Amino acid sequence: MAQTIYHPATSRGLVDLGWLKSYHTFSFGNYYNPAMMHFGALRVLNDDSLDGGKGFGDHPHDNMEIISIPLSGDLKHQDSMDNIAVISDGDIQVMSAGTGIFHQEHNDHEEEVAKFLQIWVYPNKRNVEPRYDQLTLNKAARHNKLQQILSPNADDEGVWIYQNAWFNLGNYDKGLSANYKLKAEGNGAYIFVISGSVKINGQVVSTRDGFGIWETDEFTIEALTDTEFLIMEVPMTF
Amino acid sequence: MKAINILAVGTHPQIMATILRLLNNKPSWHATGASTLTEVLTLGKEQKFDVVLIGAGINENDMLEIKKTYQDIPVVLHYGGGSGLLYAEIYQALNIMPE
Repeated sequence: MAQTIYHPATSRGLVDLGWLKSYHTFSFGNYYNPAMMHFGALRVLNDDSLDGGKGFGDHPHDNMEIISIPLSGDLKHQDSMDNIAVISDGDIQVMSAGTGIFHQEHNDHEEEVAKFLQIWVYPNKRNVEPRYDQLTLNKAARHNKLQQILSPNADDEGVWIYQNAWFNLGNYDKGLSANYKLKAEGNGAYIFVISGSVKINGQVVSTRDGFGIWETDEFTIEALTDTEFLIMEVPMTF
Repeated sequence: MKAINILAVGTHPQIMATILRLLNNKPSWHATGASTLTEVLTLGKEQKFDVVLIGAGINENDMLEIKKTYQDIPVVLHYGGGSGLLYAEIYQALNIMPE
């Protein structure tokens, strides 16, 4: 029988620095809740709003897979591998921190807030050579169907990471359903509703809520309204 | 306020400097860095630690040796090398809450 966990949006930790508002699903920075450390290999799910002209200064990471999904506005990225790039709504950015990387992210648009999801996944391989990649996705390809945006395979659809994980985005009209079959045994899925409401395994999950499901081969997401959601399939043990 | 002694292990000098600065910002936390297994083993004879953090660049064999050496205290294998997880992983490992 499927195991599930529901995290309402209001249960998240809020860090409000004025120029940055970040809702943390899991413990992060100064938000610590021992009951909310991770969902399997998914360790961080931050829902960030960054004011125009502001940014995260140069800071390090190691041995972590870090994925950013912009929801609106632009983010300028610079890192210690000499990458300089801008990501916007419709893009996905990935960093394998491996042996160590420094980077900064900045919202250069003075008048526009940049909103994005910041996701960290534990890697299945330590001390890899750091890497950066970004990809522009075809947003139309997720209308009433699931669009794979991340996998463990370099030659598969979307970006790739060092973990047996698959991410999908879906943008569904009210009344339609998505069936998701888990790709690997022992994996679970964490669904984050970006907008609208869905029902999964009898649970209504609404804007910015999270819902984890595991010990099942598949599940169905019913769109109760027009909705956009992200499915993150990750190993439950790692 | 109980003092907490932390051993941070990793081979990336700039990341190590950042981690030590962040850890030592906490008044009752005292962090020491090591970049080789030899240093780790020497420090283990000189000081008593409450928790070990394994950062970048430590190979599997050395990691196993460190875990064996410090089998009586928590050894944190993943903290992401920056400030994001650093404190939470230590609170969890030591089963303490932020002051």
